[in-house]
Amino acid sequence: MEKLHNAIDRLKTNAWLTKTSDAVNRLFTGARERSANRVVHPFWIIVQKEISDHVRSWRFNVLLFLILLTCFGSLYTSITTLVDELSKSKNADDPFFFLKLFTLSDGSLPPFHVFIGFLGPLLGIGLGFDAINSEQNSGTLSRVMAQPVHRDYLINAKFVAALTVIGVLFFALGFLVMGFGMFIIGIPPTAEEFLRIIFFLLLSVLYVAFWLNLAVFLSIRFRQAATSALTAIAIWLFFTVFYQIIVNLVARAMAPSEMASQEQLLGYQQFIVNLMRIVPSQLYTDATTTLLVPSVRSLGPLTMEQAYGAIPSPLPLGQSLLIVWPQLTGLIAATVVCFAMSYVSFMRKEIRSR
Amino acid sequence: MGESIIELKGLTKRYGGFAAVDHLDLTIDKGEIFGLLGPNGAGKSTTILMMLGLTEPTSGVVRVCGVDSTVNPIEVKRRVGYLPDDVGFYENLSGRENLIYTARLNRLSQNEAEARVDRLLERVGLQQATDKKVGKYSRGMRQRLGLADVLVKNPEVIILDEPTLGIDPIGVREFLELIVALSREDRITVLLSSHHLHQVQQVCDRVGIFVAGRLLAEGNVAELSHKLFSDTEPYIIEATLGATGVGNGGTHTEALKDALLGLNHVKSVTFDEGRLRVGGAEDVSADVAQAVVNSGFRLHSLTMKEYGLDDIYTKYFEGGEVYGKIA
Repeated sequence: MEKLHNAIDRLKTNAWLTKTSDAVNRLFTGARERSANRVVHPFWIIVQKEISDHVRSWRFNVLLFLILLTCFGSLYTSITTLVDELSKSKNADDPFFFLKLFTLSDGSLPPFHVFIGFLGPLLGIGLGFDAINSEQNSGTLSRVMAQPVHRDYLINAKFVAALTVIGVLFFALGFLVMGFGMFIIGIPPTAEEFLRIIFFLLLSVLYVAFWLNLAVFLSIRFRQAATSALTAIAIWLFFTVFYQIIVNLVARAMAPSEMASQEQLLGYQQFIVNLMRIVPSQLYTDATTTLLVPSVRSLGPLTMEQAYGAIPSPLPLGQSLLIVWPQLTGLIAATVVCFAMSYVSFMRKEIRSR
Repeated sequence: MGESIIELKGLTKRYGGFAAVDHLDLTIDKGEIFGLLGPNGAGKSTTILMMLGLTEPTSGVVRVCGVDSTVNPIEVKRRVGYLPDDVGFYENLSGRENLIYTARLNRLSQNEAEARVDRLLERVGLQQATDKKVGKYSRGMRQRLGLADVLVKNPEVIILDEPTLGIDPIGVREFLELIVALSREDRITVLLSSHHLHQVQQVCDRVGIFVAGRLLAEGNVAELSHKLFSDTEPYIIEATLGATGVGNGGTHTEALKDALLGLNHVKSVTFDEGRLRVGGAEDVSADVAQAVVNSGFRLHSLTMKEYGLDDIYTKYFEGGEVYGKIA
């Protein structure tokens, strides 16, 4: 003990050490002072406040807890199955072994990407459903609007803040899963796998952004936060559950006879698939599966001629991206449309106090 | 009168066929406290929103501090502080944090914002509650915080929409004193909308009466009463008479009535169980007193009644036919 004290004392008297720590301190206080004297653009002030509101809110933390839980749950199942598979097949030279971390499951829990597809909308809705109407109901909207800021700053800032939070969360989760995976299975991802995962995460953020914008639009449209939340959840449920049933009904009614030609059959298949693709969640699932399972070569029906002679090997990243390009643009378009709708309706809204 | 700071010309706002504000012309001078008085739904708030550029007028021009609010609302909002009725704050932040947010939206650095906010909180008397969450503030404290919030940007004009709603009488008095002090010390122009007559009467230099989207009259209280009652009886004298030694017969009162009606400028006399009410075109109180005493009555009290806003208000709002008499 005595020795330790002496050592610490000696360290304290060490001129070099104190000098460095002083310099570090100066650097930090200097930076703090500079930022305290800097005039920040009001837009970033709103973004800052929104982010801190999100992070401190109970709602976000509950959602975060849910997502963390499912993330570790699916990681656990995928790792246990991965180990089984590895010992079974003895085929360790699968070039996309690491990606299986995100897609494999033993059936008790869905894999990571399905979970994100399921919970992502909930996160988006949770962050956006009371963006505008809660401010209106608490009377803060008219106060903020009486400040010298453009009206669209508020809605843009809310969008940017929520997107930042979602982005940070998803990338943190993705990297966490990767890190744990590397740690447990001991195989690092290849560069291509890494890129595929990055694209997958970007896609997930985009997907959540769509639901976020939809929720923000509803929060402008409806005065009560409960109404807008319920409507958003209703839309989500409709698309995830009921839309499939409706499409199945339509498909059964339109099914061509057994005598139909190949073109007719193909057209029919194409039509049904296109119907399914109106739904953002279908776009997301298509896109993520293609990105995370490189052996997927097409999202529509393939004829024998097309498949004939194809080498059963995984696609390179560029080709996978080409396949999901329509899905990607579709998602971006849906997001932009939702944002434009909320932008226009917010700019036209008359802001009265309460 | 000094230079004008708020000018409204032919301002109109229509919601469908309904005109919330109808060809409003109004000029407010720098440094004065102007009271916008009217019943609920008269279009006061709509007018204020148009001044701040939060709503576009259907037609007409709004100029605040020489800037057109419709074309350049940002510049107007930089100079004008607005306290909405029932002001809201972020409940999970403290009063100080709320004000610092406002200050930073007005392009102040963190250091400047903190210094200014602390000074203002002290000025409105909230220095004890700075770090308390706004959710725990009382109504009066919120309103004072609202006033500090309005002052954060060093405004030239502050617009207060029903600022005294729901505060207790002492709170109201303190709040109004604060407003008057601000206006006098910093030469801030204050526009105050209210339907509380007494408060407006206490603090405002000039008053505008606003009904159904139109400004019916403006001026200080004396001017208003003169304008409004000039064609009838601007001066009312009320007297309490005592029972007399000469008896209380009807003949005596009839004689007094005749004597009073015989006086110059007296328009009407009513007599009701010892209370006498004389309406005149001029101040005739001395003559009335003389006549009463001469008739052998005892004069207990004699008051010259000045019209307050109450009377002006009821006169305007009681019957439809009075609307637009002056406008």
